[in-house]
Amino acid sequence: MLTPAARMDGAMTHIRSRFAWVLVTACLAAAATAAAQAPVKPGVLRLATTTSTDDSGLLRAILPAFEKLCACRVDVIAVGTGQALEIGRRGDADVVLTHAYQSELKFIAEHHARERFDVMYNDFVVVGPAADPAKIASRRSAREAFAAIAAAKAPFASRGDNSGTETAEMAIWASADLKPAGAWYRSLGQGMGETLIVANEQRAYTLSDRGTWLAMRDKLPNLRLLLGGRSIAENPDFALRNRYGVMAVDPRVHPGVNAEAARKFVEWLVSPETQRVIAAFGMTRFGQPLFYPDSDRWKASQVPAR
Amino acid sequence: MTTAPACYRLESVQHRYGGRVVLDIGSLEIRRGETLAVIGPSGSGKSTLLRLLQFLERPTAGRLWFDERLVDSEPALDVRRRVTTVFQRPFVLNRSVRANLAFGLHVRGWSNRPAEIDHLLTALGLAPLAHAPAQSLSGGEIQRVALARALAFDPDVLLLDEPTANLDPRNVRLVEDLIRERQAQGVTVVLATHQIFQARRLAHRAALLLDGQVIEVGPTAEMLDHASDPRTRAFLSGDMVY
Amino acid sequence: MSQLLTEFRRPELLQIVALTLRVTGAALLLATVAGVPIGALLGLVRFRGQRLVTLVLYTGMGLPPVVVGLFVYLSLSSSGPLGVLGWLFTPTAMIVAQAIIAFPLVAGLTMSAVAGVDRAVRQQVFALGASRWQSAWTVLLEARVGVTAAIVAAFGGIISEVGAVMLVGGNIEGQTRVLTTAIVLYTRQGEFALAMALGVVLIAVAFGANVLLLRLQGRLRDQ
Repeated sequence: MLTPAARMDGAMTHIRSRFAWVLVTACLAAAATAAAQAPVKPGVLRLATTTSTDDSGLLRAILPAFEKLCACRVDVIAVGTGQALEIGRRGDADVVLTHAYQSELKFIAEHHARERFDVMYNDFVVVGPAADPAKIASRRSAREAFAAIAAAKAPFASRGDNSGTETAEMAIWASADLKPAGAWYRSLGQGMGETLIVANEQRAYTLSDRGTWLAMRDKLPNLRLLLGGRSIAENPDFALRNRYGVMAVDPRVHPGVNAEAARKFVEWLVSPETQRVIAAFGMTRFGQPLFYPDSDRWKASQVPAR
Repeated sequence: MTTAPACYRLESVQHRYGGRVVLDIGSLEIRRGETLAVIGPSGSGKSTLLRLLQFLERPTAGRLWFDERLVDSEPALDVRRRVTTVFQRPFVLNRSVRANLAFGLHVRGWSNRPAEIDHLLTALGLAPLAHAPAQSLSGGEIQRVALARALAFDPDVLLLDEPTANLDPRNVRLVEDLIRERQAQGVTVVLATHQIFQARRLAHRAALLLDGQVIEVGPTAEMLDHASDPRTRAFLSGDMVY
Repeated sequence: MSQLLTEFRRPELLQIVALTLRVTGAALLLATVAGVPIGALLGLVRFRGQRLVTLVLYTGMGLPPVVVGLFVYLSLSSSGPLGVLGWLFTPTAMIVAQAIIAFPLVAGLTMSAVAGVDRAVRQQVFALGASRWQSAWTVLLEARVGVTAAIVAAFGGIISEVGAVMLVGGNIEGQTRVLTTAIVLYTRQGEFALAMALGVVLIAVAFGANVLLLRLQGRLRDQ
């Protein structure tokens, strides 16, 4: 025997569940329409990428050639790697160019893209205060350097923004069997530029991609490059290599993407001609390249020359 | 004596705020074209009566007729536009004096009637202030602006709540002259005042309101000179019973 | 310094300023067109649930722009319910986000301003024969200083806002880059002087817009 209140409750639950059902149906219907009708903007390619490729000036240097080639406009959305992949995951970009290998493999495993192509690499360097309290300048690997920093509890500034650089940093801590925590470890949740600025002010160590470091070092008087050598050839630790990959978002999962332009872009980006331009970028300003070409087609084209 | 048709008729009107009865009038008639002075001490219900006559509120109980029509909801715009009130503490809009005077004409979509406004400004000694921001005026000036603003659109019924409370004798005369001018044109006037002499100067009839009740109504002179109710005599002689 | 002057003369700067004004202007217009009447209505009438509506509006004033941005992003995303529109990463998306941020500010502060107008004004206006609409309009005019303040506050809130426009606009060069997102970009790149210069431009633009708004307010007063 139900009390009136319980019956009332039952009725409410019934109404609520029916309401929820209607809501879910409406959402599904909306999603279905969206999936069916999401517009392709023919003249526009949406490229979600990391701040490092954009801030370094690389994209500005190479993209005009592609825009001419495909007679389209490239909209560059430069964010952290985590956000760039999320934008791709929602079908809001046609192509993603990122540097977080493991996350990229996961992106493919989730069917948001069919393939990942190596594009280029550069490397990370460890920078820190000129006084070098943790004495890392003599180390030969990032693992040892990080262990020394942790042992000395010397200030360390971490991106903390789920970026490719942070992913790389976390991998190094893990390789040293360390879980960084404590007042000395500062997770900023900021971009590379901001993180370097904070490290400069707080005389902290940090992991930076070489390109951003080179572009900004004039403004960072308190920081020195302590591990990584003067160029990528002199970097003693292969673990500090920073790989960039490109993926076209799969139109079978995200019908709204401009698959045609994305395919053309990937093809163009890994072509030996474009790779050569990438290799030359930064030579005049920094005396060394900021990115090293790494595509299979580039490597294949180099074989006969050697 | 009931020659002129009624402008307002009140029958068993009771008005309450919360549980408190503020007005309790068995029967009262205000004739077309007459001037009725509602006299009584502060808090006796004069202002509440004017609020009912202005249709700002409906009586809690009882019936109110305007122009032989029962007022049981807000009257049509053209009906209520025939009535206006000059409040005891008038509010002037944040505009010039002249713009305030034109407000009633403006909302009626009438032309500006500059000559009429000039006449009113001059008659009330406001001409030099025509372009001043109305809210910068003194209390007495604001009271005169409010009267001029009410007269600008020629209302049929003029409800005046202590219209000369803040005025010096000279300005009292200007205001009373203007009221007399309207009386001559047949305007119905209800004048709430606690000044017996003003009632004597302006009103055809007077009603004494005490504690929300009409104690006595009659031709002004007759009532003021030969009050029949002892409470009226007490009020008039200054010996307040309340 | 001379380098800065060259930066000021770059055509992109003009474009960025123009887009900033376009986005913020359109968002403010939308928020004003919707927010002033709704705020005025809420300030004029009494109804059941009014406290709740007031509470929601006041809470909306404190909503972090990034949260609004995220909401708009998820709605306009290809995978979202409004993906069909294709507005993501366009100025339209930025206008939508900023209008949502500005609306509670305009409506809430208009409501306070209108509700703050003395009851005596409404009775006076009624007694002078104003219709319901004329009465509402007059009360709104009496509250104009507060209403203008509402619009100015909303303008200040959205022209300086960066979280939402960054998220839904994408800071695309030549397409969706506005002053605030450009400042963030240059700061990130360590171009502090240039970021600061853009900050000065932002202040100048805001100052100019406020001069216009206040002049409008003055004109209303003379009416």
